Amino acid sequence: MLLVHCPYCDETLPELEFTYGGEAHIARPENPADKTDDEWRDFLFIRTNVKGPHFERWRHAHGCGRFFNAVRDTVSDRFLTTYKADAPRPDLAVLLADASMKEPSK
Amino acid sequence: MTTFRVPGRGRVLHNRPVSFTFDGMTYQGLEGDTVASALIANGVQLMGRSFKYHRPRGPMAAGSEEPNALIGTRRGKGRFEPNTRATVQEIWNGLETNSQNKYPSLKFDVGAINDRAYMLFSAGFYYKTFMWPRSFWDKYYEPFIRAAAGLGVSPSEPDPDNYASRYLHTDVLIIGAGPAGLASARAAATAGLRVTLVDENSEPGGTLLSEPQASLDGTPAWDWLSAELDALTDLDVRIMTRTTAIGYYHQNMIALCQKLTDHQEKPAEGAPRERMWRVRAKQVILAQGALEKPLVFDGNDRPGVMLAGSAQTYLNRYGVRVGNKAVIVTSHDSAWYAAFDLASAGTQIEAIVDTRPTPNADLIKEAAARGITVLPGHTATGTSGRLRIKSVRVNKVENGKVLNARNISCDSLLICGGWTPTLHLFSHTKGSLKWDDESQTFLPDRITEECQIAGAGRGLWGIASALNDGAVMGAAAAKALGKSATTQTVTVANDRPGTGESHTELPTDLDPGKARAFVDYQNDVTAKDLRLAVREGMRSIEHVKRYTTNGMATDQGKMSNINGLNIAADALGKKQPEVGLTTFRPPYTPTSFGAFAGYHKGEHFEVTRKTPIDSWAEENGAVFEPVSLWRRAWYFPKDGEDMDAAVRRECRETRKSLGMFDASTLGKIEVVGPDAVEFMNRMYTNPWTKLAPGRTRYGLLLGDDGFIRDDGVIGRLSDDRFHITTTTGGAARVLNMMEDYLQTEWPDLKVWLTSTTEQWSTIALNGPNARNLIEPFVEGLDISDAAFPHMSIAECTFAGFPARLFRVSFTGELGFEINVPARHGRALWEKLFDAGQKYDICPYGTETMHVLRAEKGFIIVGQDTDGTVTPYDAGAGWAIGKNKPDFVGMRALNRPDLTAEGRKQLVGLLTEDGTSKLEEGAQIVLDPNQPIPMKMVGHVTSSYHSDAAGRPIALALVEGGHGKTGDTVYIPMPDRTIKATITGTTFYDPEGARLKL
Repeated sequence: MLLVHCPYCDETLPELEFTYGGEAHIARPENPADKTDDEWRDFLFIRTNVKGPHFERWRHAHGCGRFFNAVRDTVSDRFLTTYKADAPRPDLAVLLADASMKEPSK
Repeated sequence: MTTFRVPGRGRVLHNRPVSFTFDGMTYQGLEGDTVASALIANGVQLMGRSFKYHRPRGPMAAGSEEPNALIGTRRGKGRFEPNTRATVQEIWNGLETNSQNKYPSLKFDVGAINDRAYMLFSAGFYYKTFMWPRSFWDKYYEPFIRAAAGLGVSPSEPDPDNYASRYLHTDVLIIGAGPAGLASARAAATAGLRVTLVDENSEPGGTLLSEPQASLDGTPAWDWLSAELDALTDLDVRIMTRTTAIGYYHQNMIALCQKLTDHQEKPAEGAPRERMWRVRAKQVILAQGALEKPLVFDGNDRPGVMLAGSAQTYLNRYGVRVGNKAVIVTSHDSAWYAAFDLASAGTQIEAIVDTRPTPNADLIKEAAARGITVLPGHTATGTSGRLRIKSVRVNKVENGKVLNARNISCDSLLICGGWTPTLHLFSHTKGSLKWDDESQTFLPDRITEECQIAGAGRGLWGIASALNDGAVMGAAAAKALGKSATTQTVTVANDRPGTGESHTELPTDLDPGKARAFVDYQNDVTAKDLRLAVREGMRSIEHVKRYTTNGMATDQGKMSNINGLNIAADALGKKQPEVGLTTFRPPYTPTSFGAFAGYHKGEHFEVTRKTPIDSWAEENGAVFEPVSLWRRAWYFPKDGEDMDAAVRRECRETRKSLGMFDASTLGKIEVVGPDAVEFMNRMYTNPWTKLAPGRTRYGLLLGDDGFIRDDGVIGRLSDDRFHITTTTGGAARVLNMMEDYLQTEWPDLKVWLTSTTEQWSTIALNGPNARNLIEPFVEGLDISDAAFPHMSIAECTFAGFPARLFRVSFTGELGFEINVPARHGRALWEKLFDAGQKYDICPYGTETMHVLRAEKGFIIVGQDTDGTVTPYDAGAGWAIGKNKPDFVGMRALNRPDLTAEGRKQLVGLLTEDGTSKLEEGAQIVLDPNQPIPMKMVGHVTSSYHSDAAGRPIALALVEGGHGKTGDTVYIPMPDRTIKATITGTTFYDPEGARLKL
């Protein structure tokens, strides 16, 4: 079971309190009517499916109820960071550099 | 009877005899014995039959890695467990045990015919044999495979035991209480950390229990151990025995299964049998030691063949000699010590056969001093003896040539092919392993969790190096937590570090194709099978494993994986690391389902949600059905009525006069705020701006993909307040979806959402007398048709309770839904029921609700829709606010796929004979005479007998259904084909006249 840091509660808590919410930073277009069929298809269905650091949404469903964003490595299942829903997308290079500093010692 | 017990020896209590049974025979053992040690003490080596060939087998090991000695244990009624390892089960007075996989008896087993026919049962046997002809599959092959499959017999009664579960947070968790684990615990505890030390055995000590000859800082090993355990207890170290770390999960979460009562003769009443611990540790130290490997040669599996280290454990820990005349075959120094210990205890050592041409000179000297024959540079090429080994065939090997054989008679053959670090838990963390050429094994490499590996787990042999490494790793764990530990160095005398070599199959002068050289004892995989798999094209070790089943038995290849890898690598002509290693997965040892389930069984398996009116329904004979987590009254049978009769009566009485229904499970969400109406406009398909306070509307909720997610009646209480109802099962999902849009897409909207499902009790009243019943209860509100028309909402006082009153109908009759604070639900229900007697009020359940709504063509989301149905498909296009700029799902409704011809659309179906009731889920075709497989054009979604319509009615999704009204379709069933006509979806009162009373 993962431990997840809720950026609103500022607490690291068991995964049981959280639900996964799909890929992050996919904003719903302001004026959907202006979008072509293909653009709307992409918004609905096309996801990156990365192997490695993945920007994704979580909800502290059994806590404060807030949606927030996270960067999680889909290979190691390790969270690089979590941040509030309105915070900008973090720089992956910086996150990865930070993470490599925190690797468990050999 | 011969006894192999050595008086006064071992940690068993010689003055505490215990009697137990094995296959119906009573045996005496001692307190502290396992079933295996007690049986060996009685001269019994034959404990089971192998899985595939039914070969007679005895224990190979003395611990949890045992592949052969699997027994059934019975601890009273319902307490039967198959596949228990005899080497782990402790004995107590009255324990009943049985051997497995034999018929009619362990000594004479007809299944052993498989052994004679072994040439047929090679790798891939099932794949090759059970292929053709196709017609044999159902009648012969499948029954045969099913009969042959499985190990042991499943228990047939419900498990009467309790299982507990707990969480534990600890600074340092140490797995394995041998020398390395004990030293780690000492170091970490001196740093002031909370330390938990667990071990799967019945007592801590690990190797120290099997090596009493060692002396630590001048103290005999067992005295040192006892003092050390006292010291750890004084340092508040939590020591847990019979506790197996079964899995190592993310972020240092470890699952421990603690066995609490299986070793007890009279467990306390109601005591849990096992307890599952979920441990979150800041640091983990894996001090699990190493497991001994067998040597691979023809006949290496006869009863009496055993790992040398295990024989040493039986002698030193349990006071049992494994035999009178033993031969040792080894490629590692460690087995020599087993020989010396046994010799001292009175076993005749016929020879020490070492595959190495020049073993350690000190060992040779010691053997010479004891008069033991040493055969260096030899190989073992066969054994004899059916139910117990009689002799071993050995040959000298010179310059790669296997010379003439000699037979040495014996009753025990102790083998050792070196040691494999126990890294199963480390593998669970995806920690990587590195092949070490010198020790010919995998050692830990890259660590992914906050953990340290100490002692034999990282290839360090001997008590001294394990102790000292444990202390270092304990200090390292402390340092990682910002603490400093004092480490003590222990001086060890009579330590037994050693080295050895690793082999594939031992060389032989006989036809290797005929050798029964076992690699995986539990799954009966031989070296020949592995080589055959490679010859037949398996290249990856993962394929070799699955084709041969090597390492796939319940022991997960604890003894067989490295031997299997060595042989596969040799056959492939590659180095071991190029061939790779298969993955170990939790649990480390077989774990009971009860331990996983813990408290979550029976009534506690999942939550049962009940409404405040549920108790009345129960007292009044309701039959219940589960609806999501809710338990809902299904129907209320009167004496002798079956479901059909009860539902017909409930429908009839409701339409005739008055029915009452507990609708409290309906999801309810309160939407409040200055932007509430804008939020509603964006979420639901309908227009809300012009809905006046005091009015309600049927709301339809889509996903952004355009498909129906939920529906319900929504009331506007004031400009800034809506009372939403959702489907019973959809409440949480809908609120989650609304929160998602509100928080992440429209955070600028000033709206607050609150779940109020459990705050309100909701009673629905339907029927021509509904208003007559409630009028006297309502205060401060005119509920006449003119003042309070259909689809109205108001707050009022109802029977003295604060209430929200809806005029709404899910039945087509005049209807009201009264919401009162949940705590008043039952009181209100009873008042209405009493007052309703003069109208013959009829309580009805969910089934009648379903029939009444189907007669009106009202859909149930999730029954008549399935996640691919648009409002237009469902015939609910009227609910769409076409002039709104946007709502969730609006854009998608114009996608080409959603406007295409031939989509499945909701229609009514009437069977032509007027009596046949269709089956829900039945498939629909246009032409019943077309060849199979037929083209299916839809399916029945709802089907009931309708008294109001005087015939069965059905709803269905049919391709292009809206354009097919009046067409005939066919529903093929197993026994006949039913003819039906497509109709509209309203079967009763199409003008809606009954609503307007």
